[in-house]
Amino acid sequence: MNEGGTDLPPEEQQMWTTWVRERAVGALPPEKLLPDRQPSYVSSWIYVFGVAALASLVVVIASGMILGLKGPSWWHITGIGRFFNGIHLWAVELFFFTMVVHLWGKFFMAAWRGGRGRTWVSGAVVFLVAIGAAFTGYLSQQNFDSQWIASEGKDGLNSVGIGSFFNVADFGQMYTFHVILLPLAVSALIVWHILLVRRSGVVPPYAARAVAAAKAGGEGPPP
Amino acid sequence: MSSTPPAAPDPAAPWPGPFVRYDLVKELVIALAVIAGLAVVLTILFSSPDDPPVTIQSWSRADPADFVATSLTELAGTSEVAEYGPPYNHTPEATQKIGPLDLQSAGGVKIPIDTARDFVLDPLRSIPGSPRLQREVRRYEAAPAALRSAWIERYEAALEGARFPGALPSARFGPVAPMMAALLADAKSGGLDGVLLTGEHTFYQTNYTKPLLFLSGGEYFEGRAEGQHLLGTQWGMMNETGSYPGQVWLWLFTFWYQVEPFLESPNADALVFVVMAALSLAFICVPFIPGLRELPRHLRVYRLIWRDHYREVEG
Repeated sequence: MNEGGTDLPPEEQQMWTTWVRERAVGALPPEKLLPDRQPSYVSSWIYVFGVAALASLVVVIASGMILGLKGPSWWHITGIGRFFNGIHLWAVELFFFTMVVHLWGKFFMAAWRGGRGRTWVSGAVVFLVAIGAAFTGYLSQQNFDSQWIASEGKDGLNSVGIGSFFNVADFGQMYTFHVILLPLAVSALIVWHILLVRRSGVVPPYAARAVAAAKAGGEGPPP
Repeated sequence: MSSTPPAAPDPAAPWPGPFVRYDLVKELVIALAVIAGLAVVLTILFSSPDDPPVTIQSWSRADPADFVATSLTELAGTSEVAEYGPPYNHTPEATQKIGPLDLQSAGGVKIPIDTARDFVLDPLRSIPGSPRLQREVRRYEAAPAALRSAWIERYEAALEGARFPGALPSARFGPVAPMMAALLADAKSGGLDGVLLTGEHTFYQTNYTKPLLFLSGGEYFEGRAEGQHLLGTQWGMMNETGSYPGQVWLWLFTFWYQVEPFLESPNADALVFVVMAALSLAFICVPFIPGLRELPRHLRVYRLIWRDHYREVEG
């Protein structure tokens, strides 16, 4: 079979599996999906924060899986459980810190230019869904923090009708959201976000000063 | 591909300038090691907060007067939960509104709570071996509403001046005095925690709505939160117990509660929610909002980020 798939027999071209593979490989060939070269302008510390957020999420999920495997009460009664809860907590704090720096960096770069709007949108949605994941985590701690956050949080959600379906005092519901639904959503959105980044590449710099000045009377720098 | 970077690259076109080696996998592995190491160091230094929860038992033992006073408001139907409106009950004019929009009512009463029945009368009925108490409960339920209110009001007034937990037996309170004494005893024994959590035909429990709503009606629960700087006026939910960062990403959400017109508004929760929903939508749509999407070009922070590139192309 050739790589382009253009001379595949008609019966193979009609296969759904073939169609999906050809579309996927066409959009993101391996050298684009996992490149070993970047444009020369990708040389700032700000680029580290995206991958640092990803690394933080890995630590969050790994520590969360250990906590989940041992059950929600384990960390309250054992030293090792408390240790992994600490890892989980601080990894979450680092996840949000690196994600916020990453977001600000992308804002200052106007990283949505050149048809990259969906990349920004996916990143912004990750941030908002991650807030929900953290919120349900705080509600699942089974301590005074959980009680108080549920007591306060219910008013905001009830005031717009959401509390009728999303009950912050229902530990079972919040725990399910925290350990399955929202981590899945965050992970899937991040995969989509990274694929969009790889597909469009890293946004290039604005026009240099001289070019921008020359164009000031005309069309201005590229949008 | 050119060996010098272009001065005005087209963001929609492939980069025509030079490329450099960039090891993404190595970067991820190093980042993973650094983040994991940081998390371990922070854990060793600061651990994580874990203040034990308040139970009905610990509340009734620590502050029996507050427990009984709260129970009376639940019995009388004058507590915050009793008058909350949806999703707990149909209290008229209790909902928060956004102008004419009443989303709270639109959600419906999906978690019905009758505070007198759920928090007081049913738990008292569940106490075994207490025929005298059951007679008092039946007497209370059979009495006219005005008489029930009078008993409760007299008991509340007597409670304010009483040295609690001194007994307050008097015919002036009707069956309310023995009912409250029995409820307090049940709470102190831990029985009420179990009764509030137990549902019909269920063994496993995960829904803490009833005990949490009951707890939240007392001053003891709020007082403990105030001591930990967790009240709404103390930047509420974004804090957590102890000296920990908490949910700092909720700072903007919490901020609105500290300022007018939200600070004193009876619709504060709904209004803040709408403001944050609008801001979140704007945040998502930044690339498509004229003016906002051009802001980074005017802020010129990008010149710091790409300073190596500009140094090269501008000499």
